[in-house]
Amino acid sequence: MFDLTGKRALVTGASGGIGGAIATALHGAGAQVGLSGTREAPLDKLALSLGEGAHVLPCDLSDPQAVEALPARAAEAMGGVDILVNNAGITRDNLFMRMSDEEWQSVLDVNLSASFRLCRGVLRGMMKARWGRIVSITSIVGATGNPGQGNYAAAKAGLVGMSKSLAQEVASRNITVNCVAPGFITTAMTDKLNDEQKARILAQVPAGRMGTADEIAGAVLYLASPNAGYVTGATLHVNGGMAML
Amino acid sequence: MSDIADRVKKIVVEHLGVSEDKITENASFIDDLGADSLDTVELVMAFEEEFGIEIPDDAAETIQTFGDAVKFITDAQ
Repeated sequence: MFDLTGKRALVTGASGGIGGAIATALHGAGAQVGLSGTREAPLDKLALSLGEGAHVLPCDLSDPQAVEALPARAAEAMGGVDILVNNAGITRDNLFMRMSDEEWQSVLDVNLSASFRLCRGVLRGMMKARWGRIVSITSIVGATGNPGQGNYAAAKAGLVGMSKSLAQEVASRNITVNCVAPGFITTAMTDKLNDEQKARILAQVPAGRMGTADEIAGAVLYLASPNAGYVTGATLHVNGGMAML
Repeated sequence: MSDIADRVKKIVVEHLGVSEDKITENASFIDDLGADSLDTVELVMAFEEEFGIEIPDDAAETIQTFGDAVKFITDAQ
């Protein structure tokens, strides 16, 4: 249904569960994919399974210089970047009163500032091409808040405001900027929660189950496709009804 | 008209879709040629690529007219 033939997509955090599923979905629709992440082994494995049109681009998003260089490396590998998926994210959870400056800053750096720099880095090419798609993966907690995640929620809410502003700036150039906000998705990150936390959260999900990485990838695929050309500045919530925003 | 002015004019025509005779020395990109703020950023990017120069943001702000652009690029070369 969604055709991305000839498009070139850069996906950060592709070594993780959701990022890998997003890259797989975009690649399956015909796009070349640049797989970025900190851990090279999972990226190599993913690239091998995808085959032709998958490029491994290791990058530490906590290093501003490495972030600045990533769009150019992706463009060199693929011939350009038409689609940027800001998926990479880290958590450093702590109760607010105990949260250190380092825990605050590292989450803001990777989840928000790196996305800003990557957006800026890919815009020139998208402006010239008069076509572009930027999709940032936020989180339900960016809209609802979550105890212990003041830093993470701030960064994710920040992505939404950033995306809406950028969306207005570049809409006339056929560049759309949107967010996908996952709820409770089965990944390595949610595996860190204990059973009690999981049970408490699941009780709030009308769908009665956790979401899958593929269900996030489907939302990203839609927003990255030509079919979503009139959707910009939006946040698509994929959360099993956990919060209807 | 200098070679630089011709090349600048060509870029402006392409980006803003205005006719060449509108592009006079004192023609303001925004007030006379219909550019919006994003257009001016794109024009500066195009000048940078065409002439292989760097135009810093504070300098870009001073480039308001066709004449300003030609002068800046001539001086930068």
